[in-house]
Amino acid sequence: MVELAVPLRAERVTALFGKKPAVKDVSLDFPSNTVTAIIGPSGCGKSTFLRCLNRLHELSPAGAVRGRVLLDGTDIYDAGVNPVGIRRRIGMVFQQPNPFPTMTIYENVAAGLRVDRRPSKAEADGVVERALRDAALWDEVKDRLRASPLALSGGQQQRLCIARTIAPRPDVVLLDEPTSALDPMSTQAIEELVQELKRDFTVVIVTHNMQQAARISDSTAFFYLGEMVEHGETAAIFTSPREQRTEAYVTGRFG
Amino acid sequence: MMPRAVRRRVFSRLMTGLTLLAAVLALAPLFAIFADLVIRGASSINLDFFIRNPAAAGQTGGGVANAIVGTLIIVGVAGAMGLPVGIGAGVYLAEYGGGRLGGVVRFLADVLNGTPSVIVGIFAWTWVVRPMGHFSALSGAIALAVLMIPMVTRTTEEMVRLVPHSLREAALALGFPRWRTTVRIMVRAAWPGIVTGALVAVARIAGETAPLLFTTLGNLNFKTDVMQPMQTLSLQIYVFATGPFEEWHRLAWGAALVLMALVLLVGVVARAATQKRFRDG
Repeated sequence: MVELAVPLRAERVTALFGKKPAVKDVSLDFPSNTVTAIIGPSGCGKSTFLRCLNRLHELSPAGAVRGRVLLDGTDIYDAGVNPVGIRRRIGMVFQQPNPFPTMTIYENVAAGLRVDRRPSKAEADGVVERALRDAALWDEVKDRLRASPLALSGGQQQRLCIARTIAPRPDVVLLDEPTSALDPMSTQAIEELVQELKRDFTVVIVTHNMQQAARISDSTAFFYLGEMVEHGETAAIFTSPREQRTEAYVTGRFG
Repeated sequence: MMPRAVRRRVFSRLMTGLTLLAAVLALAPLFAIFADLVIRGASSINLDFFIRNPAAAGQTGGGVANAIVGTLIIVGVAGAMGLPVGIGAGVYLAEYGGGRLGGVVRFLADVLNGTPSVIVGIFAWTWVVRPMGHFSALSGAIALAVLMIPMVTRTTEEMVRLVPHSLREAALALGFPRWRTTVRIMVRAAWPGIVTGALVAVARIAGETAPLLFTTLGNLNFKTDVMQPMQTLSLQIYVFATGPFEEWHRLAWGAALVLMALVLLVGVVARAATQKRFRDG
């Protein structure tokens, strides 16, 4: 693998629920303009780990994080760092599409822009159109930007959520099983979209679907029981894993 | 023995019928009351009824203009005081009320909710009427506001709690500060329900009589000064219905009809005001 810039780096991250660790001592680099997949069976800590990367885990009941997460060299868990500012630079898409039901399609995409300033109409229009185009949704919604997002199909809603996430141009996009609630056609559309996203963003995707990880990621990390068992280039993880547990999982012997 | 499929269908029909019967029984009093009010009260309703004050005792004619305006003023003042506090407290309980303080506030709101309104009236008499030295519309409005607050607090809390947690996470992940997530996302999503709860509370206090007896007192004249005793429809109904004159009874029925219509109007306006604002296509 060629040397790449690393905008995001997890160093010895441990995530706790109360005293119980859900993620144990994970260190992982996320090079820029790559897709990193995190795979593993249910309850292995992959989603919790993802939520440590944008300081969302600490908002869970009794959630706590140890270790460091470096965004362009700065630890996002430093005492002086405002988690709200961090979340503007590290966007997140969730398992279930969760557009804001009280806002129009347009307002949903513009929501992140309007958090800390009032963009001009022209600027907002431009950003919304670009985000919707990048999310491959523009042609389907351009004539009904003032409609409710709930009028969209599940797959369209998820692409709307992606547009909402990328509209403020974050550095990193986290996707937490973004297709697990979707039908195969919508899943394919999102997978193609993820490939496009890495041109502009550093992408981390959690998935329980190994074929998906194999199709769309550059590197893959396998989590099991809160530990990262193995991490490497996706092709290597799926064809010649070093660890026996990884091989057992990717060949479908458990999970 | 009937075949199982038939038995199931019969049972299903039976239970559907029973729930329908229960629904009819629940709504029957509403229609009975309204029909009764229309039958007995409608004949009193004419222009004079809305623009005149009550005639002197024993005389015919006159209206309840003072009581209609008084009800609107007192309920308006009570709402202006009680709704912001109730909604604010409900949002607090739903969004930040997970700890001990939240539990205490919730318990106290429930206790206050169960307090008889006449006792709230005594409270207002003790703490507002007596220090001021005279009865006033304001003291009654304060009593009604105290009655509204726990109702609105609990309905607001329920409504905000119904908003899916996933919306909160979506907003936080976009970099919304916590308070902005609460106001722009959670409260906004819950708003139609909050407004409905608030209007139910308004409708309930609009008909309160007991706490007004020794605070607002009533007034046969037209008053708009909240520092003075004032008439309300509920007080008017109480006085007229228990009075000796046939003419008063007639006015009481008319006043009851107007009060009921006002409450219904509040509900209809609320529904219209909270309709969704999306355009199709």
